[in-house]
Amino acid sequence: MVELNGLLKTVQGEADWIGLRLMTEKTTHRTIRDEKPENNFSQLDRGLMVEVLVQGHFGYAGTSDLTATGVLKAAKTAVQIARSAAAKKATNFSTDFRPPSKGTYRSPRISGLDTLSTQELMDRFIAATRAMKVSDKIISRIASTMIVESHYQGVSSSGAEMDQSFQMVNLALMATAAEGSEIQTRSNKGGAVALQVGAEIFDRESLLQQSRKVAEEALELLTAENCPDTKMDLLLAPDQMTLQVHESIGHPLEYDRILGDERNYAGWSFVKPEDFGHLQYGSNLMNVTFDPTMAGELASYAFDDAGTPAKKEYLIKDGLLLRGLGGQESQARLKLAGVANFRSASWNRAPIDRMANINLESGQSTLEDMIASVEKGIFMRANKSWSIDDYRNKFQFGCEYAKLIENGKLTKTIRNPNYRGVTVPFWSGLKAISQNRDTLGTFYCGKGEPNQVIRVGHTTPYCLFSNVEVFGAS
Amino acid sequence: MNFANETQTLFNRLADSVFKNLEANEAAQLNLHAEESLFVRFNNNKVRQNTHVHQKEIMLVLQKQNREIKINFSATGDFEWDNKTALEQLKKARSEAAQLPEDPYLVPLKNNGKSESKVVGHLLKNTDVMNELTAIAEGHDFTGLYSAGPLITANRNSLGQDHWFSTENFFVDFSLYNNEKSAKSLYAGRSWNSKDFANQVRLTAQNLALLNRPKVNIKPGAYRTYLAPGAVAELAQMFSWGATSLSSYKQGHSALQKLADGEKSLSKLLSLQENFAVGLSPRFNSLGELASETLEIITQGTLKNWMISSRSAKEYQVEGNFAGPGESPRSLEMSPGTLAEKDILKELGTGLYLSNLHYLNWSDRPNARITGMTRYACFWVENGEIVGPIQDLRFDESLYEALGENLVAVTDFQHIEAAVGTYSHRSFGGMKIPGLLIQDFKFTL
Repeated sequence: MVELNGLLKTVQGEADWIGLRLMTEKTTHRTIRDEKPENNFSQLDRGLMVEVLVQGHFGYAGTSDLTATGVLKAAKTAVQIARSAAAKKATNFSTDFRPPSKGTYRSPRISGLDTLSTQELMDRFIAATRAMKVSDKIISRIASTMIVESHYQGVSSSGAEMDQSFQMVNLALMATAAEGSEIQTRSNKGGAVALQVGAEIFDRESLLQQSRKVAEEALELLTAENCPDTKMDLLLAPDQMTLQVHESIGHPLEYDRILGDERNYAGWSFVKPEDFGHLQYGSNLMNVTFDPTMAGELASYAFDDAGTPAKKEYLIKDGLLLRGLGGQESQARLKLAGVANFRSASWNRAPIDRMANINLESGQSTLEDMIASVEKGIFMRANKSWSIDDYRNKFQFGCEYAKLIENGKLTKTIRNPNYRGVTVPFWSGLKAISQNRDTLGTFYCGKGEPNQVIRVGHTTPYCLFSNVEVFGAS
Repeated sequence: MNFANETQTLFNRLADSVFKNLEANEAAQLNLHAEESLFVRFNNNKVRQNTHVHQKEIMLVLQKQNREIKINFSATGDFEWDNKTALEQLKKARSEAAQLPEDPYLVPLKNNGKSESKVVGHLLKNTDVMNELTAIAEGHDFTGLYSAGPLITANRNSLGQDHWFSTENFFVDFSLYNNEKSAKSLYAGRSWNSKDFANQVRLTAQNLALLNRPKVNIKPGAYRTYLAPGAVAELAQMFSWGATSLSSYKQGHSALQKLADGEKSLSKLLSLQENFAVGLSPRFNSLGELASETLEIITQGTLKNWMISSRSAKEYQVEGNFAGPGESPRSLEMSPGTLAEKDILKELGTGLYLSNLHYLNWSDRPNARITGMTRYACFWVENGEIVGPIQDLRFDESLYEALGENLVAVTDFQHIEAAVGTYSHRSFGGMKIPGLLIQDFKFTL
């Protein structure tokens, strides 16, 4: 922090405000396929974003040149491009948009990642892919992880001093089975196991158990019936709900989409500024929160990149839309309350409005009660296909695995399950929510110009929806 | 010294240093990505954000005793600093390699030759961009991204291989709006020309004006459909996502599985090839291997070649064709046909004219079925005349039908669709794509 404050002093001068954001991130990829090494790759990314306020406009210059000369050059460039854009700026901003926050954050963990050697991790993954060999019909067996250790330091001329360190892991186990032209893949929770966590996630027994399960279920799908084309009740597991919440709640509530910043890339939103406080988004069972304070969830943090302290907020309460996802800049442009979500993918991108942890709160039902309440329905697990329009209305999603529900009981296994719907009518059909939830996430939420991927978390329960259009493969 | 030259000097010094420090049983390669980019984001012809990025990344590949470790690190540009980092990472790579099992499919580094391509562009001055673009787009709700600057990829290895590709280019990926109606465009190149950009804005505004006609509500169903090159490019992009790769095929993840196995067929009107003559990306891959200038992938509906990396070639004991590790096309061309631009509406007759598609995904990969949405300027056409814009429609259709027996015609012209991806860094490449006339294209929602 001392070094960064020293740099800050050297570059202050021509701007009304200046902030420095130093990112140091190590990403390690380890993959074993069919008991053999496939991909062993690390990335050590380090760079500095200089942010300046000149004539009411924020300009940004990111650099991997961390020498004093390089930082000074970046600062001058930031001032230069901020000044050249000031007359054409979309909005007039002040230093109030960068609060002088001070504080620290550290990801929770039980055991540090340094407690597990590369060799031990490789051994466990080799054992995991061996455990997937439950039949000769299994043609591909993969155990893979991405481990991210990230350190963010931010200082500003108004006195901000933030230091946040994150330890994040994605764990993917995947088996593919084939017989003739029929091919089916099963994975652990659709690849959505992504958490702030330590080495405990690589517990050997748990890896072996999960690996056997995905292989056995891939095999089971080979002889399962194709999903029927009909309308019926739809029960979704958290490993599909995470995608449903992400695409049909998270994205449409982003203020930069509503403001049109994203129109040329990710798209607009069906939600209008006047909908906040008025739009019944779904059934009154529905309570959705922005919660970057949840321990272990992928997008937990203490401050966003503007320095706004992170706290939990209700976005939807009893089905009514209350608040959207926008940082202080968007809040001012829309004159609406928002959240601390002004986040960048790395040192080389300017922050924009992003999801963090978007969670669906627990309900009153047990999973058993929900299944028992269905006369004719289907229970889908694990996302494998996703598509939604640029206004976030018409979606179509596919899952890896399903079971029919007949007269209150789970019966046949079903392959190639898909469903489609329109956002508000779909959420209006939500008729039961489970008490228990699962926390998942993704490292790859794409958005923004220039493009950025960001980490998001979703804690979701099992949810039952009425009368949904479902269908199978050709 | 300009960015490309100073980066080349740094890269060569670092490579020499790393190679000099190798032990007897080691081989190494350094890969470089570097760019100096200006990104300006516009909304309603105002500057929402502008960012300058100076970025140098080096990947060290170390091979030792049939094991391989790759470590990518950020470079400052200062030789002493970066050399210290590189030698530290070399030491770390040695330690990690010792902990890995042997890799039976490792492709040993070799000297794949030398090449050098340096293109100097004529770009706008960074400080002139805002005034220039907003002046030309004045009066329009102009929204999108300007991106420009030098862009470099290179690699050298300890066996003497040496490839360098640097260019200076720009794009303006933009759309114009009239409330919720919008038309999309792309102006890209190496030499900025204000008149060309102004003309592109004018043509896009003309397309937007067509959307002023009353909206036509289309019911789900199967329609005769014209996909303009921008829409076909979205479909063609799916070939890069687990379709053309031999490794995907062998692991059960290729959407062309049934074509390869003779269970399904594609139209004789469809031909796809890798064609580096398009000139947007280098022929060398990350191993430094030089692919042929052209490679037939699908010719007249028949699968001719999988994309095969040297690693896959070793694993599956076949001949490779120097595809990259992802085994997806890097410079895809879809061959033109005979449908003239002036005849498109006449041949479409009654149906849908789609300028763009959005958010495509496999909905049933073994059957090459894709779902996605219509986007931007899309129209209902009756008897060869545009009636009016349509609402957003969801399609769900198999390539075996749309590009099989339902493919009616391919245009006799192609558009260059330059890559505009900027995830982590600016992309190379692009596609050369015609328009397609398809019957019974299925819309579901």
